[in-house]
Amino acid sequence: MTAAVVTGIGVVAPNGVGTENYWRSVLAGRSGVRPLTRFDAGGYPVRVAGEVTEFDAAEHVPSRLRVQTDRWTQLAFHAADMALTDAGADPSEFPEYDMAVLTSSSSGGTEFGQHEIERLWSQGSRYVTAYQSIAWFYAATTGQLSIRHGMRGPCGVVCTEQAGGLDATGRTRRLLADGGARFVLTGGTDASLCPYGVTAQSANGLLSDSDDPDRGFQPFAATAGGYVPGEGGAILVAESAEAAEARGAERVYGRITGYAATFDPRPGGRDADGGSRLRKAAEQALADAGLEPAEIDVVFADASGDPERDRLESMALDRLFGPRGVPVTAPKTMTGRLYGGGAALDVATALLSIRDGVIPPTINVPALAPGCDLDLVRDEPRPASLRNALILARGHGGFNAALVISRAH
Amino acid sequence: MSTADDEREPVITGIGVVAPGGVGTKQFWELLTDGRTATRTISLFDATDFRSRIAAECDFDPAAEGLSPQEVRRMDRAAQFAVVAAREAMADSGLGPGLGGVDPGRIGVSIGSAVGCTTGLEEEYVVLSDGGRRWLLDPDYAVPQLYDYMVPSTMAVEVAWECGAEGPVSLTSTGCTAGIDSMGHGAQLIREGSADIVLAGATDAPLSPITVACFDAIRATSPNNTAPESASRPFDLHRDGFVLGEGAAVMVLETKAAARRRGARGYARISGFARRSNAFHMTGLKPDGREMAEAIASALDEAEAPAGDVDYINAHGSGTRQNDRHETAAFKRSLGERAREVPVSSIKSMIGHSLGAIGSIEVAASALALHHQVVPPTANLSTPDPECDLDYVPVTAREHPMNAVLSVGSGFGGFQSAMFLRRAEAL
Repeated sequence: MTAAVVTGIGVVAPNGVGTENYWRSVLAGRSGVRPLTRFDAGGYPVRVAGEVTEFDAAEHVPSRLRVQTDRWTQLAFHAADMALTDAGADPSEFPEYDMAVLTSSSSGGTEFGQHEIERLWSQGSRYVTAYQSIAWFYAATTGQLSIRHGMRGPCGVVCTEQAGGLDATGRTRRLLADGGARFVLTGGTDASLCPYGVTAQSANGLLSDSDDPDRGFQPFAATAGGYVPGEGGAILVAESAEAAEARGAERVYGRITGYAATFDPRPGGRDADGGSRLRKAAEQALADAGLEPAEIDVVFADASGDPERDRLESMALDRLFGPRGVPVTAPKTMTGRLYGGGAALDVATALLSIRDGVIPPTINVPALAPGCDLDLVRDEPRPASLRNALILARGHGGFNAALVISRAH
Repeated sequence: MSTADDEREPVITGIGVVAPGGVGTKQFWELLTDGRTATRTISLFDATDFRSRIAAECDFDPAAEGLSPQEVRRMDRAAQFAVVAAREAMADSGLGPGLGGVDPGRIGVSIGSAVGCTTGLEEEYVVLSDGGRRWLLDPDYAVPQLYDYMVPSTMAVEVAWECGAEGPVSLTSTGCTAGIDSMGHGAQLIREGSADIVLAGATDAPLSPITVACFDAIRATSPNNTAPESASRPFDLHRDGFVLGEGAAVMVLETKAAARRRGARGYARISGFARRSNAFHMTGLKPDGREMAEAIASALDEAEAPAGDVDYINAHGSGTRQNDRHETAAFKRSLGERAREVPVSSIKSMIGHSLGAIGSIEVAASALALHHQVVPPTANLSTPDPECDLDYVPVTAREHPMNAVLSVGSGFGGFQSAMFLRRAEAL
């Protein structure tokens, strides 16, 4: 199988826009979770969130594209620009059909859609703008990136909520391995912190109602009580190893070496233990990478923040790696859960960890919950020589995904 | 293709369809081969103020289709379509609801949709905003299933629950090619060995005010409100846009070896699939059909099939001015003389354009065409367009010997997809 390597990273996160900005924040334990400011959330059950405050669309997205896109796509435009610059790659130098865009989307252009639906219901059908048809739907980001960068190969969009970033990266690896493409923009973003997005999210029963930004998202903690939503994500440049070498790529962050996806049994059904299916995904991803558990040096956890789901993930890790058998971390405690962008950001973070030989911390977990006896890297980064990282993600309804990334040779 | 690869070739062994004109595969195929149209004045909501007031609606009674009261409450209309189609496909395959005792970890699901639960999202928005009156909503009025509507992946969840899948499950949402792309992904899961059985298909229920309004805004849909039954006119000189539709198709895919072992009926084998993007415009198409031609050539290449192997083309044929010209050029560009020798037809003339769902519905129609050796017609094609000069099978279905069919799709975002299906009578 042709190796798939990551050669460029673009991050748009609540605690930093730009890869190095973000990474400095993460290593310093600096959180981007704050009181919601994008609208008056006073009457809402959720009042803190991970907002991307450093991003000004007017500065980074041409006005022609700004009017026809939702913020979710605008974040991806900027992340993709940064990733391509980072990769030192000029898409015009690649054969057009050898390039593809494969992103994750959780809920599409929620804010744009709310504006247009409001126009329709308050003013009438003639007030809906021409761009509703292309801004709201889940494929908008992939389509726009494909057009902007002239990428005419096999593009795709995967929707598995928070697991989507791993599914997109895993499919990208397959595409590169099969020769279906040589140069792929992958990852994902999300921007649903508008009234409709937050109202819908709060209906899933898993969001924290805490007003305190430091207490809203405490996965694996005895005080865990849900999660904080966020926006942002990451776009990656992934290439076949041959393509990267042929063009003399400046850097290879790491290789995408294993991937698997599984699904939980129906709630209340046969053996309805979601933990075992998550573990199965991890085992299959390891087998796909040809690695033993002992060769995994760090796990980036899904880290739900829901006590029962935290316990299931802990149990899966315990069974796979043994008691406290591997360092585990959840830097998403500094951003909130980013849905379609969340797992993509975890992939970026894991690649940076491998590059610098340091495990970033989990914050806001003062004490582990019973049943979550993990070697959780807390508060301070932990230096470590990292060969391989396992990233886990779960999507609403039962999606499990596992991805293995490995140090470049 | 090596022998081992060949044994893992994906075969369609069960079909379930919810389409305008009648729920169920039998009703669907009868409508198509009779050349009847299911386009009519919109009845699902009051469309008086809209430019296009016509659509192909499903006469769908969830209770009559076996959905329980809780399933009806929990699922958006599009999810209901998908579940009903999945149940029919499992029964049709002969495997039944338990899928023949296959290890759940070896069962996958790949569902496509362009606009997800848009109907449910709009209905709930109207309540939360009290009729569109306020930007800040009233979260106290949020129903428990609101988040399920927000994330379209729950439609794949519902299908996974139906078939007990614990393998790879996902939703593909590449706009109007989602239904071909989801089938292509399902086929890939079988071929690469990630699953032994996959329920693959797509669903959309876009007939709500916001979707109708957004296509009004770009004048993509037909304004022929006085003659709805003949408003969808692919390849006709007087075509004036597509007619929105709704529906779902879900199919059971399994390996050729497994299908043969259990003596299953195979409708078709998925022998080739490819996607390209035009990187040109979110809604516009260049007249030369270049990227669709590339997708077709690549799908044939995967199947190791020369152009001469294509016996029928199930076209995207949406009935917009630009699409039908674009597509005709793509067929000529990719297939050369063969494009003029084979029948080409668009079932959107009868059941409208159900966005992401239609790609799977058209794959189902292609599989049924191979199985029955009958080509469905292009209804309403009475005045040929000099720019569309192929054999579009006007008005009447045609018996036609076929070993292989090409099904294509084209959509917003510039996506172009092609699937090549071979007959599966002898596995």
